Amino acid sequence: MEQPQHRTRLPAEAAGKGHLLDAIFSAGTRLCGYAVLAVLGAIIVSLFLGAWPALEKFGFSFLIGREWNPVAEEFGALVSIYGTLVTSFIAMLIGIPVSFGIAVFITELCPGWLKRPIGIAVELLAAIPSIIYGMWGLFVFAPFFGEHIEPWLSDTLGRLPFVGVLFDGPPLGIGMITAGIILGIMVIPFMAAVFRDLFEVVPPVLKESAYGLGATTWEVIRSVVLPYTKIGVVGGIMLGLGRALGETMAVTFVIGNADAIEPSLLMPGNTISSSIANQFTEAVGEIYTSSLIALGLILFCITFLVLALAKFLLLHLSRREGVQA
Amino acid sequence: MKRCKLMYLGALLAALLLSVPEGLMAGEVKSISGAGATFPYPIYAKWASAYFKETGIKLNYQSIGSGGGIKQIRAKTVDFGASDAPVKPEKLKMWGLFQFPMIIGGVVPVVNIKGIKPGELKLSGKLLADIYLGKVKRWDNPRIKAENPKLTLPARRITVVHRADGSGTTWIFTSFLSNVSVEWDKKVGIGKAVSWPAGIGGKGNEGVASYVKRINGAIGYVEYAYALQNKLTYIKLKNVAGKFVEPNIESFQAAAANAAWDKADGFYVVLTNVPGEKSWPITGASFILMQKVQKDPAKARAVLSFFDWCYKNGKDMAMSLDYVPMPDSVVELVQKAWSQSLKDSEGRQVWP
Repeated sequence: MEQPQHRTRLPAEAAGKGHLLDAIFSAGTRLCGYAVLAVLGAIIVSLFLGAWPALEKFGFSFLIGREWNPVAEEFGALVSIYGTLVTSFIAMLIGIPVSFGIAVFITELCPGWLKRPIGIAVELLAAIPSIIYGMWGLFVFAPFFGEHIEPWLSDTLGRLPFVGVLFDGPPLGIGMITAGIILGIMVIPFMAAVFRDLFEVVPPVLKESAYGLGATTWEVIRSVVLPYTKIGVVGGIMLGLGRALGETMAVTFVIGNADAIEPSLLMPGNTISSSIANQFTEAVGEIYTSSLIALGLILFCITFLVLALAKFLLLHLSRREGVQA
Repeated sequence: MKRCKLMYLGALLAALLLSVPEGLMAGEVKSISGAGATFPYPIYAKWASAYFKETGIKLNYQSIGSGGGIKQIRAKTVDFGASDAPVKPEKLKMWGLFQFPMIIGGVVPVVNIKGIKPGELKLSGKLLADIYLGKVKRWDNPRIKAENPKLTLPARRITVVHRADGSGTTWIFTSFLSNVSVEWDKKVGIGKAVSWPAGIGGKGNEGVASYVKRINGAIGYVEYAYALQNKLTYIKLKNVAGKFVEPNIESFQAAAANAAWDKADGFYVVLTNVPGEKSWPITGASFILMQKVQKDPAKARAVLSFFDWCYKNGKDMAMSLDYVPMPDSVVELVQKAWSQSLKDSEGRQVWP
C-alpha cells in the first residue's frame, strides 16, 4: 500500500515523462527483437530465391548427387555435405573431451595461482582469427602430420579390419582428418570457456556435501556438476558444433578441396563452406551461382536441424527428470 | 630570399601551365574505375601508380575475379572490366561489349621430384593430360621414361595438384589439355573450374605452389611469375612444332606474336598450342572489356589513354613483375580496333 501512495505524490509531468521513456524503451527492445526475426526471415527468403533455379532443375537429386561439374553444369551437394559432417564429427570427437578436461581442471583441480593464466590463455585462443589457424594448419601442422603421424596411422590403424579403410591412404598431410583436427583445436577454446563458466556456478554446497560423503572428483563431476549444468553443456557443445559446421577459411586451407567421397579420412575432400568460398567469385551462369547458393541453404538447414535436435534433447532430458522426481 | 620565392612561384606557374593541356585532353576526368581479373592485378596497380604520378588521374581497380568483372561492366558500374579468359564473340555481341588483350602470362607446370632440377623434366601435352586424367600414376611410368631417357625417375606416386577456386589460370590450362587430348575434351572439358578426375585442390596460385612444395611427387600448374618467385621446378613442354621449350618471356612472347590476332573476331584468341618453334604451348592473354557505346566519351578517352600509356611506357614495369608485354604488332591491331569499334551515343568514334 505504501508504494502507490508514494507514486501519486510525484509531480504529474515527471511521471508522464517516465511513462514516455518507458514506452520508448520497450518499443526499442521490441524493435531489436523483431529485427532478429526479420533478418532471419530475409536470409531464408533470399537463400531460397537464389537457390530456386538449381533446386528446380535438379530437384531432390541435388541432395544426393555426387557430381560437381561446372563445365557440364551438373551439380550435386553430397560430397560437400559428407565433408562438412565428417570434419565436424572429428572436431567434436576431439573437442568435447579436451575442453571438458580443461574446464574440470580449471574449476576443480587446478592450484589457485594457475587458474587465471590458463583461463586467459583459453580466452586468447578463442580470439585468434580462423585464417591464422588455417595458415598454421597448412604450413606447420600439415607437414608435420603428413610426415610423422599419417604414415604411422596407416601402418597401425590402417591394418585393422573394418575401420582400417578409414586410415589407409597416401600421407599427404592434407585431407579430411587434418581439417577435422584443426577444427577440433579451433572449437576447444569456445567450449572450454563455456564449460568453465558453467562449472563455476555450481553451488559449492552441493559439491562439498558430495565430497563429504566420500565421493571422488570424478563422481562429483559425473553426479553433481554435470546434472546441474547439463542444459548449458549441451548449449556449449552446440556452439562449438555450429562453429565447426560453418568454418570456412581454416578448412579450405587444409582439406584439399577435391570433389570426391573417399573412404579414407586421409584423402582430400570438400565442405559446403569451402566450396562456396572457393568458387563463388568466378562462378558464371545462373545454374552454377544458384547451385552454390543452394549449398548455403543446405548448410543453413543443417545448422537449424542441429539446433532443433539440441532443443529436443534438452526437452527430453528435463521430462525424464520430472518422471524421476 | 625574395628571388628564391619568385623562382618558386615561377616554377609553380610553369607546372600549372604544363599540366593544363593534359587535364584538358582527359576531359577533366580525375579517376577511372575497373574491376575483374586477379591475375593482372599487380601490374595494373603498378601501372596505375606510375600513371597517377605522371598525370594525376587515379585508377581504382578492384580485383574481384573475372566473373565479377564481366558482371560489373555489363551493369555499367565500372568504366572497364577485366577477364583472364576471352569472352566469346557471340556473347560480346549480345552484351554490347568490346574486348582487347592487355597483357600476356604463361601457365607453367611445376613438379616436386627429388633430384630433378628446374627445366630437366620434359613432357608432351598428351602425357600431361594423361597424368591429370589420373591414367599415369607413377613417375617411373615407361611413357615418362621414354621422353626422359637421361633422367632417373623414382617409383613415387604422382599427386596431381589443381586449383580449388575458379580461375582464369585453370581456364587456360584446361583449354590446353582439351586441345591436346580428345579424352580430356570429352570427359572434362574447358572451364574456370572443372570436375577434376584426380588430385587435390589448392586455393589460389599460392595454394597450389605450397601443396607442390610440400608433397614429394606432386605436379601442379601455376602462373609463370609464381613459379619463378617461389623457385619451383618448372618443366619443359613439347609445342606444336615438336620442340621442347622452356617457359620464359621469349617463349610466351613468341606464342603471342604467332597467334592469328588479325583473323580473330573480337580478339577471341586462345594462345594455347600456337604454332612456331619457340612458342610456349600454355600461354594466355588477360583481356579488358568495355561498353561498345560510350555515353561519356571523355571518360572512355581517359580509360583508353591510360591503356595507350601502358602499352607504350609499361613494358619494363611488366617485365619487372614477370609479366609479358603485348607485342607491338598486336598493339597496333588493338588500337585500330579502338577507333573502329568504340562509339559515343551519337555514333562518333571515341579514339583517338
